[in-house]
Amino acid sequence: MLNMRAIDLVLWVIGAWIALGLLGILALHRFALVARVFFPLGAIGGLVLAFAAIRLLGSGMVDTKQLSLGLPQLPFHLRLDALSAFFLLVIGVASFGISLFAAGYFRAGEGTAPGLLCLEFHFFLASMALVLLADDAYAFMVAWESMALTSYFLVTANHRLPKIRAAGFLYLLIAHIGAIAILLCFGVLQANTGDYTFANMRVQNLSTFWASAAFLLAFFGFGAKAGILPLHVWLPEAHPAAPSPVSALMSGVMIKMAIYGLLRVTFDLLHLHIWWWGVVLLVLGLTTAIFGVIFAAVQVEMKRLLAYSSIENIGLLFTAMGLALLFRSYGMNTLAALALTACLYHVLGHALFKSLLFLTTGSVLHATGERNLGRLGGLIRFMPWVAWLALIGILASSGLPPFSGFVSEWLLLQSFLFTPGLPQPFLNMLIPIATASIALTAALAGYAMVKFFGVVFLGQPREEKLSEAHDAGVFEKIGMGWLALLTIGLGLAPNSILHLIDPVTRGLVGVGLAHPASANGWWLLTPTSMVRASYGPLYFLFGVVAAVVIAFVLVRLLYHARLRRSAPWGGGHPWRNSRMQDTAEGYGQPIRQIFEPFFHMDRHLPRPDDNEPEYHVVVTDKFWEGIYMPIARATEYISAKVGKLQQGRISIYLLYSFVTLIVILLLVPTARR
Amino acid sequence: MTTLSIQLVNLFAAFLLLLAFAMLAQRRVLTLVNLYALQGLTVVAATTVVAHMTHQEHLYYSAILTLLLKVILIPWVLHRLIKRLNVRWDIETLINIPSTMLVGIVLVVFAFNLALPISKLSTSVVPGTLGIALACILLSFMMMITRSKALPQVIGFLAMENALFFAATSATYGMPMVVELGIALDVLVGVFILGVFLFQISEQFESLDIRNLENLKEE
Repeated sequence: MLNMRAIDLVLWVIGAWIALGLLGILALHRFALVARVFFPLGAIGGLVLAFAAIRLLGSGMVDTKQLSLGLPQLPFHLRLDALSAFFLLVIGVASFGISLFAAGYFRAGEGTAPGLLCLEFHFFLASMALVLLADDAYAFMVAWESMALTSYFLVTANHRLPKIRAAGFLYLLIAHIGAIAILLCFGVLQANTGDYTFANMRVQNLSTFWASAAFLLAFFGFGAKAGILPLHVWLPEAHPAAPSPVSALMSGVMIKMAIYGLLRVTFDLLHLHIWWWGVVLLVLGLTTAIFGVIFAAVQVEMKRLLAYSSIENIGLLFTAMGLALLFRSYGMNTLAALALTACLYHVLGHALFKSLLFLTTGSVLHATGERNLGRLGGLIRFMPWVAWLALIGILASSGLPPFSGFVSEWLLLQSFLFTPGLPQPFLNMLIPIATASIALTAALAGYAMVKFFGVVFLGQPREEKLSEAHDAGVFEKIGMGWLALLTIGLGLAPNSILHLIDPVTRGLVGVGLAHPASANGWWLLTPTSMVRASYGPLYFLFGVVAAVVIAFVLVRLLYHARLRRSAPWGGGHPWRNSRMQDTAEGYGQPIRQIFEPFFHMDRHLPRPDDNEPEYHVVVTDKFWEGIYMPIARATEYISAKVGKLQQGRISIYLLYSFVTLIVILLLVPTARR
Repeated sequence: MTTLSIQLVNLFAAFLLLLAFAMLAQRRVLTLVNLYALQGLTVVAATTVVAHMTHQEHLYYSAILTLLLKVILIPWVLHRLIKRLNVRWDIETLINIPSTMLVGIVLVVFAFNLALPISKLSTSVVPGTLGIALACILLSFMMMITRSKALPQVIGFLAMENALFFAATSATYGMPMVVELGIALDVLVGVFILGVFLFQISEQFESLDIRNLENLKEE
C-alpha cells in the first residue's frame, strides 16, 4: 500500500473520505458510531495524505493520471506536483487534528443529524484534496464548487436559526460570484483552443492584455474565496455561524485553497509576469491585513475576532505573493523564492494555529455556552488544557519567537528589506510604507491576540455559571494537542520545513532556498547570507526558558517566596467585583479612537445620573454600507422594474410573443444579407 | 391543367385571407366557429388541388384527415362547448374593430414583404401563397391578442394552426405524413384540454372573461 505512487495514495484517501461520508448516511442517527469511529478514521486519512505529500515533496517527481469520470470524452486530468503536494500536506496535518477534535465535539441532537454532518465534512475534505489534484478546468471547477457547496451546508448546520441561514446565503453568494470569475479566467487562459487542460494553458502565449485580464479575473475569483478586501464580508458572518471544527477547517484550510489557485494561475499557468500585478496584490494585501487586524482588535465576539484575524493573515499572504510576483517580473528569482517561501511557510503556520484557536473557541463555547467576550473570563482555572493550548496558538498568531508565526513574518520582512534593489524608483518609494504597515499589522495582531486570551482565560469569571465550565474531552485534547505540537515544531525547526518548501519554489520560480538556508548548520536559518540576517529559534527558546527559570528561582529563593493573593489595584473603590475588570470593549477602545475613520460605529452612552446604566457599541464595516447595500438596492430596483412586465393579462403576454416574433422576422432579411 | 390548378390555389388563398379578416372583425362566437369551419374547408380544397396537381398520394390522406378533424369534429366540439357554457352572446374586443383591421392590413403588407425573398427561393409552382399564409398566421395571432374572452382565443389558436397547415401544403407541397399526423393529434388534444380549462375557468369565475385571471398574479 505504501509503495504505490503518491497520486494513487491521495486518490485512495479521497475515495475513503467519500466512502466514510456515504457510510454516514447509512448511520444517520447513530451518534456514537459516527462520532467515535467515522471521524477518527477520517483523521487517519489526513495522516496518510500528509505522508503521501511529504514523500512526493522528497522525491521531487510529478505524478499524472486520468480518471474517466463525469461526462464522456471529458476525463478528469489529475496531476500531483510539488505545489499541490505542499497544500495537500496542509490539508493532511490540519484535518488530522480537526477531525479528531470533531470526534469529541459534535453533540447528539444539535442541528443537522450526525450522519449528515459526517457526509458533508468528509465530502468537504475530499473536494479540497481534489481541487489540488485537478489538472483541467473541468475537474477544478467541479471540485471547487463541491467544496463551496459542502462548506455551505456545514456552515448552515444549525439551519433553524435565521441568522445562520442569512450568513450561509451571503457565503454562498460570494463563493458563486467568485466561481464565475474563475471560470471566466480559465476561459481566457485556454485562448480559444477549446482545450481546457492546464497542460494546454501552460503553452499558450497570451498577449499582455489578455494575460492581465486572466490575472485580474483569477485575483477576483480566488480573492472572493480567500476574503480579500472588499470581498471579505462573508468571513466574519460565516465563521461564527459554523460549528467550530468547520470554522477551523474553513479558516485554516479552505481559504488556503484560494491561495493555491492564485499561485497556480499566476506562477504556473501564465507565462507572463507583469510588475503591476505584484503591486496590485501588494497594495490590496496590505490594506486587507491592516483592515483585518484593526477590526479584530475591536471585536467583542471570539469567533468574529478570529475571523477578522484570518482576514489579516490572508492579507499578509497576498502581500508575500505580490512581492514574489514583483521580484519575479524583474527576474530576481532568488528573492521571489524568498517571498514565496514566506508565503508558503505562513500558509502552513496559519493553517495550524488558526485551526487550533478556532477549536479552543469551540471548547469554550461548549463548556460555557457563551461566545461573547464580555461574559467570559478566568477560564484558565476551569479549563487549563484548553487555556494553555490556546496560549500556544495565541503566541504563534502574534508572531512571537520561537513559534511558527514569527518565522514566516520574519521571512516576509527579510524579503521586504531586499526591495531597494528593484529598478523602479516609484516602487522603492512605496516599499518603506509597506514594510512599516507589515510591522504595524504584526504589532496590532499581538494586541488583538492578547485581548482574546486575556479576556477569555485570565482575570476573574464575569458570570456565575462560568465556574461550572469543564475542560475539553479526550478527543478534543488530542486534536488540539496535535496542532499545538506542530505549531511549536514549525517554529523550532524552520530548516526542515524549508526543505519541504524547496521543491515548490524550485517548480514555480526555479530557485530553492533549502540549501543556502541550512548552510550554517541546521539550527540556524539564514535565508540569504550569514552577513545579512540569521535566526536561530533554539537560541530564542533557550533564552526564553533561561529568563523564566532565572526569574522563578530569583523570586522563590531570594525574595520572600510566598504565594500572595491580593488586589493589584483598588482604584479607590470600597469593593470590587469581576465586572470591573478590563473588558473587551475597554481593551479595544484606544484602537477604536485612533482608527475611527475605518469604522461605522453605533454607540449608546448612558447619562451619568442613570440608575440602570446601559452601554453598548456596535461596530460595523463601512464596506457593507458603501458597496454592498448600493448593489443590493440597485438589484431590487431593477427587479421591481422588470417585475412590471408581469401584468397577469394573457393578452399582454400574447402581445409580448407577438412583438418578439415581428422583431425577429424583421431581423431575418438583415441577417441574411 | 396546371395553370387552372395554380389559379385555383391562388383563389383559395385569397379566400383564406378574406376569412381571416372576417374572423378578426367578427363579434359573434357562433359565427366565429362557422367561419373557422369554412376556413378548414378552404384548406381542404386547396390541399386536394395541390395533391391532384403534384400527384402526391399522401396529400389526399391529409386532406381527408383535415376534413374530419377541422371541419367536422372540432367545430362540433366548439358548438357543444358554446351550448354548455352558454356563451353565445357578442364578443367584447379589447381594441375596436376598425383599428384592428388597420393593424391587420399593415401586418399583411409586412407578411408579403417578408415572404417575397423566400418565395423566390422556393421551388413551389404557386408563388404568393406563402405571403398569404404568413399573413393569416399573424392575423390569427392578432385575434388572440385582441379578444378578451377565452373561447375566441382558442379559435384564434386553431385558426393559426390552419394557416400553418396551408403554408406547409401550398408552399412546400406538404410535410411528411408523420409530422402531419403528429400536429393533427396535437390540435385534437389541445382542443380537449382547452375545453376542460374553459369549463374550469367558467366555474371558478362564473364567466369566461380572461381579465379575471389577472387576480392570479403574484403581488
